[in-house]
Amino acid sequence: MKRSLACLAAGVLAWQAGAAAEIKIGVVAELTGDMPAVGASCKQAALMAVDEVNSAGGLKVGGVAYTIDLQIEDNVAKSDQSALATQKLIAQDRVLAIIGPNASLGAVPASAIAESGRTVMITPWSTNPKTTRDMRTGRSKRYVFRACYTDAFEGQVLAMFVLNQLKLKRAAALYDVASEAPTSQSELFRRIFTENGGVVTAFETYTTGDRDFSAQLTKIKASNPDIIFLPSYYNDVPLVVTQAKRLGMQAPFLGSDAWSSPELITLSQGAVEGYYFANHYAADIATPAAQKFINAYKARYKTLPDDVAALTYDAFGLLFQALKQIEKPEREALRNALSTISHYEGVTGNMRFQEGSGDPIKSAVILQVKNGKFVWFANANP
Amino acid sequence: MAYLFQQILNALQLGSIYALIALGYTMVYGIMTMINFAHGDIFMVGAFLCFVAATVLGLPFIPALLLSMTGCALLGVVIERLAYKPLRNAPRVSAVITALGVGLVLEHLTLVFSPYPRHVPALWSSATWHVGGVTLSSLQALIIVLSVLLMVLLDWLVRRTMLGLAIRAISWDRTVAAIMGVPVDAVISLTFAIGAALGGAAGFLYALAYPVIDPYMGVIVGWKAFIAAVVGGIGNVRGAMLGGFILGAVEIMVAAFLPSTYRDLIAFALLFTLLILKPYGLLGQPRPQKV
Repeated sequence: MKRSLACLAAGVLAWQAGAAAEIKIGVVAELTGDMPAVGASCKQAALMAVDEVNSAGGLKVGGVAYTIDLQIEDNVAKSDQSALATQKLIAQDRVLAIIGPNASLGAVPASAIAESGRTVMITPWSTNPKTTRDMRTGRSKRYVFRACYTDAFEGQVLAMFVLNQLKLKRAAALYDVASEAPTSQSELFRRIFTENGGVVTAFETYTTGDRDFSAQLTKIKASNPDIIFLPSYYNDVPLVVTQAKRLGMQAPFLGSDAWSSPELITLSQGAVEGYYFANHYAADIATPAAQKFINAYKARYKTLPDDVAALTYDAFGLLFQALKQIEKPEREALRNALSTISHYEGVTGNMRFQEGSGDPIKSAVILQVKNGKFVWFANANP
Repeated sequence: MAYLFQQILNALQLGSIYALIALGYTMVYGIMTMINFAHGDIFMVGAFLCFVAATVLGLPFIPALLLSMTGCALLGVVIERLAYKPLRNAPRVSAVITALGVGLVLEHLTLVFSPYPRHVPALWSSATWHVGGVTLSSLQALIIVLSVLLMVLLDWLVRRTMLGLAIRAISWDRTVAAIMGVPVDAVISLTFAIGAALGGAAGFLYALAYPVIDPYMGVIVGWKAFIAAVVGGIGNVRGAMLGGFILGAVEIMVAAFLPSTYRDLIAFALLFTLLILKPYGLLGQPRPQKV
């Protein structure tokens, strides 16, 4: 009783001050455990996003300015701890929405809790389809969103990039059939590419651990493609590319986010020079929104933001934009506003949501290998 | 037509490497009726020695090849003396399990040295020639020529020298060979050394052809070469060469003319059928069971 009176008093005071009403937002991050770097980036970007809003006088929801109160929970990079932390934030702290967890192994169980607790959850970094989709019913989860694109989506973006930006009409693909993400990427690439007037000249596979690709590459060479889609991990890429060069192949290769490791450069020794691949984010990205974020992050933390930081910042950006559109900070209203965001200009590209899916429609970043460095080339839209 | 010829070249390259490794399996089996499952990892050590020779020591091509071959030969002898000799009269299963253990030890010793995949710099010029739509790289030519040369040399050694005679004698009947004055221990060690040196040469060529190496690279290639040895008739030297080239040809041609997704399925189903028709392999002979 005493406590609620105190709350009431605080509320009244806040009302009088005009800006002290609070919205609680939960963050579930991998602060300790296997991937503390992921959790640290997420936490830093979250603190930055919230401080920016609070220092600007709070967020206006339905004409009232609210300050944002962050509740950060550690999930130790584990599934059970993720579920527990999410449960605590929803039931005990009664947060309005949750950002996180980042890794799919935590995001998938957390999404089930958020869904049953009818609370909005936005994961910055989880690309697994199971996070936003209920695999038993095949339907999208109502309250779960993500700021990144999904594995398969990348195939779609790359197909359109080849057609519209590189203006090439003939593509071949070579992928590891024993690996989940490359397979779905290649299948979607083929479908979208052919639906939009392109020709897939060869669609070849190999199996994890293969090192000789000469048969497949000879076949691809004979089909005479303009470009070859190769959504392989960075340790297979150098082998494929050097063998292709030895077979006298001229067509360039096109990669997925699995290429984005500095190891690719050391292992391939110049063989990937000039090739393109898709990624979530580039540190030298040229859009004004991204430049502003990167400079602020660098000034505050003395380091360049990685993809987790950028995506966390965008998750908050999406959340704030949805909040501005509603009358009162309520979970259901927030969910409805978020699911119909028609345009959000993010650090990692422009995004929108369509009712019925928690996966954003967003542009990917296309990077090019130039002088042994990954350089931003273009934003590619689906 | 150019397409077919290109794929034949690809098959020859892959097949000659399988054949070189298969020889190591078949020689050890021939002399000791034991399957040396560590052989794939000896091949891997050959590739890593190539890496060390090219980067740390900065050796040119021929000394680097000799380093890989002698290094693996010594390794083969050490393994035989330490791990297999004490088990020579133990049940055969013990020796096979020991071989698997030795393979794991080699993998993990290499892991200590380098847990990450490494890039092997080029030791051989990467010129390519185009003849009527067929592309031949100098490296491809080197691998095929050098492998065939080593195989011819081995064939001559086994058939025309005293050492070869001793190897064949021990393979025929170890006890009688010992009675007739053949230095059995020395010849067995030499056989291991020769088999391992060929594995080392295969690892060396493989590292040049597929220049990203890691400690587990020998596992699958080793299995495949073992299958090649069995298909050719394990224990038979010419059979191992034949088996290696057949396996290379089947793998490449299935991927070349059928959907590559079914490559391993079709390739191994074919080899399986072949073994049903010829249970001792193509050139293998049934051994009389000694009572």
